[in-house]
Amino acid sequence: MLRLAPWIIVLSLVLPVVGGTLLTVPPAFGYLPVLGGDDWSFRPWLELAETPGILRSVAVSFGSGLLATGLALIIVFLFLSTIANTRFDRWIQRLISPLLSIPHAAAAFGFAFLIAPSGLLLRWLSPSLTGFERPPDWLLLNDPFGVSLISGLVVKEIPFLLLVSLAGLPQLNAGQRVMLARSLGYLPRVAWFKAVAPALYPLIRLPVYAVLAFATSTVDVAMILGPNLPSTLSVQVVHWFNDPDLTRRFLASAGALLQLLVTASALSVWWGLEKLIGKGFNAWVAGGNRQRSDGTLWLAGRGLMLIATLLPVLGLFALALNSVAGFWRFPDAWPGSVTLSHWLQALPDLARPFWMTMVIATAASVLAVAMVLAALEHEQRLNRPATRALWLLYLPLLVPQVGFLSGITVLSQMAGQAPALWVVVWAHLLFVLPYVYLTLVEPYRRFDFRWVILGRSLGLSVNQAFWRIRLPMMLRPVLTAMALGVAISVSQYLPTQMLGGGRIVTVTTEAVALSSGGDRRLIGVWAMVQAITPFIGFVLALLIPRLLWKERRGMQAL
Amino acid sequence: MKSTLLALSVSLALPLGSHAAVSDEWPAIVEQARGQTVYFNAWGGESNTNNTIRWAAGQVEERYGIDLVHVKLGDTAEAVSRVVAEKQGGNTSEGAVDLIWVNGENFATLKEAGLLFGPWVGQLPNFSLTDPENNPAVTTDFTVPVEGMEAPWGKAQVVFYYDKSLTDNPPGSMPELLEWAQENPGEFSYPKPPQFLGTTFLKQALIELTDDGNALYGPVAESDFAAVTAPLWNFLDQLHPHLWRSARNFPDNGPSLRRLMGDGELSLAFSFWPAEVPAAIANNELPPTVESYVLDGGTIGNVSFLAIPFNAQHKSAAMVVANFLLSPEAQAYAQHPDNWGFLTVLSMDQLDAEQKALFEALPSPKGGVTPAELQQVVEEPHASWVEALETAWLERYSGN
Repeated sequence: MLRLAPWIIVLSLVLPVVGGTLLTVPPAFGYLPVLGGDDWSFRPWLELAETPGILRSVAVSFGSGLLATGLALIIVFLFLSTIANTRFDRWIQRLISPLLSIPHAAAAFGFAFLIAPSGLLLRWLSPSLTGFERPPDWLLLNDPFGVSLISGLVVKEIPFLLLVSLAGLPQLNAGQRVMLARSLGYLPRVAWFKAVAPALYPLIRLPVYAVLAFATSTVDVAMILGPNLPSTLSVQVVHWFNDPDLTRRFLASAGALLQLLVTASALSVWWGLEKLIGKGFNAWVAGGNRQRSDGTLWLAGRGLMLIATLLPVLGLFALALNSVAGFWRFPDAWPGSVTLSHWLQALPDLARPFWMTMVIATAASVLAVAMVLAALEHEQRLNRPATRALWLLYLPLLVPQVGFLSGITVLSQMAGQAPALWVVVWAHLLFVLPYVYLTLVEPYRRFDFRWVILGRSLGLSVNQAFWRIRLPMMLRPVLTAMALGVAISVSQYLPTQMLGGGRIVTVTTEAVALSSGGDRRLIGVWAMVQAITPFIGFVLALLIPRLLWKERRGMQAL
Repeated sequence: MKSTLLALSVSLALPLGSHAAVSDEWPAIVEQARGQTVYFNAWGGESNTNNTIRWAAGQVEERYGIDLVHVKLGDTAEAVSRVVAEKQGGNTSEGAVDLIWVNGENFATLKEAGLLFGPWVGQLPNFSLTDPENNPAVTTDFTVPVEGMEAPWGKAQVVFYYDKSLTDNPPGSMPELLEWAQENPGEFSYPKPPQFLGTTFLKQALIELTDDGNALYGPVAESDFAAVTAPLWNFLDQLHPHLWRSARNFPDNGPSLRRLMGDGELSLAFSFWPAEVPAAIANNELPPTVESYVLDGGTIGNVSFLAIPFNAQHKSAAMVVANFLLSPEAQAYAQHPDNWGFLTVLSMDQLDAEQKALFEALPSPKGGVTPAELQQVVEEPHASWVEALETAWLERYSGN
């Protein structure tokens, strides 16, 4: 049974993604009899090439993805080089999970309300400091070069990169490496970059790729923060899929394949840059130069991380404020009146979606954790990686959602499957599994195998050793992975809506439907609910071990 | 790959499912409908709309034993995609969508692709109350004949609204709008076409500015598009430099316009929903200084319809729901400014005194327009103009 685990994982992820993507190929070449496309042709591609502004769309998708990923990575590394277990560091580390649990769309909404010309920051400064009585006519949001999109993405991806880095760091003995480098005369930050960074990067490489793929293909964030004349490619593709003119679906399919190409080329450019920068880095490390610019690095790491954490916190605060605001117009710094009516209005609608969200999220993350644990345990017992095919786990994160989700819906119809809970859970699993694997794999491999050997020598079977030694000792990372799984599941919109046929209503489908109405107060209410739901998971992940090991001090340190 | 295509064509070749045929007799349909669940796919962005549907759900449960579930969509196209995917996957009788709230463009394409059930509207007892013989608005949708494939639900019309505290001379026509924008730069905008409200603005301006208005009510292929639309592009070229963000960026949709009004970025905007402003004032989204009005020459109006997909699982119950929504009681409830505030599609001449009283008792909305002002309705151009205008707009103004 255990032997099959890696293959079950790979099959349950790869089949839908590959199958779904393949189903977009015929329409992209004009073949879709349901809509009257009976002949294969290149027409959709020609139409795509003639779309006004298509080059610009592609360029913005490609460029903003690379830049956002690069900047987020640089900020995380700068911060890590200054980490010293001060109060600030502990504060940041404690904020990671709540920040991760804010769904992308909600975070983007909060960010947009912060930086807009009529947004919170300018409201606070106006009119006393700026003299503005009316919001200035500035193109800050949705700027044509994607600056606001890039900033929004950077801010949102930092917590994730920080999480995977912090998970990887302990096995590197970072402290000792830095100490050694310092004894050779390097200043602390430079020491970290020369001795720790080159070893850390390979550990977080796949997560970085996942971030890059997401950044080049995001739909919800780009809709809120991205340029709109023209929009990014992914947004265009969604618009084409949603066009009342059904023949646009051919164009949409071609666009989805182009998106796949754009993401793939961004990944390969990144891979090329990796090689290039790696070479330069090696030369820099080997050069042995004892730089003096250490203070700048410290300031940059701390300052940028502070800004990157403050912005989403402020954004969330702004949403919370909106959810209880009466009429509130620029340049008032605060709402003129406070009211609970938006919450009271939403309350009767909240219960059902909330429980549905919880059921799906729990099912998907428990399944994911079970599958990942089975695969990892198998690997441990074999004492070698079970199958190299496990990298395919990242496929759902690397292939843009717009490309394969409509295909999956068709697949589920071919299987004669009416919309059902299990189909939605499976679809969520596609996105939950990779993240669960990502957070669990390092702690699992790092676990001191001698504990298991000791247990075996005391007469435990292999299985008993797993259940009685390994699992209790790994309770904390397992629960954290589960909580992250819940967070990922909660934020899924398209998979829920498409495979649930609209019959499965979650907090997120409800929030997205309502946000299309644009009432910022209602969006505030639902975004708060959306952020709180996964947060419950993280709180439980923290509390359960504490309660369970209350009487066992030795376990508390794990 | 090949086998996938094979599966596709095999499943498409399957005969239509024979079960759950809809009866010809209304009482029998009502009987069939009892105990069924109707999945009503309707845009869910507005709480007033959602509340009205929730009220209707309570009513049909009580009267007909039907469980009406509102599937809240962010975009109607999601339901259309679902139906397309079902047809592609060979699901011909157990579709997940029972009833859709569609607009004219969606309807035209759904009808053409053979994705609709019908004709069924003639069977609804309440349909005659709309006086279909004398009321082309309920038998054509964007000039496409309805042919009994969708039931009317409510009327909508473009209204402009402005903030009295920020501007006091709102424009009454397109040429006046241009002058107004020059005096108030950055305070007006329209949603980016192909968003339907943005396209509606283009149509409204075109109807007013073109020299050949008749051409708009036939297929676009039959007229000289460049000549008919030249005055429109000329107008937009002059207008754009004075728009919000100098037209380097456009709002996404009607709700974004409303939000920008609330924030004080714009002082003039428009909507396709006459009750939007009163509802937004009551909801603290707009200040009480906002007023709505209709342009001097009238504005575009159209009717919202309900359609049933070809493969809907609960067709009888969907018909009963559509019939209930057409009842004088449901129409009067929806027209109440505190509920939804759309205008009824019923013809007052067809109602008895008691039914008429329901409508006469309705209060007139604060900050809204009176039904009298809404008399000046301009018909929607032929559906084919939508696509042509959107394409031409994107070519001129998107992506350089």
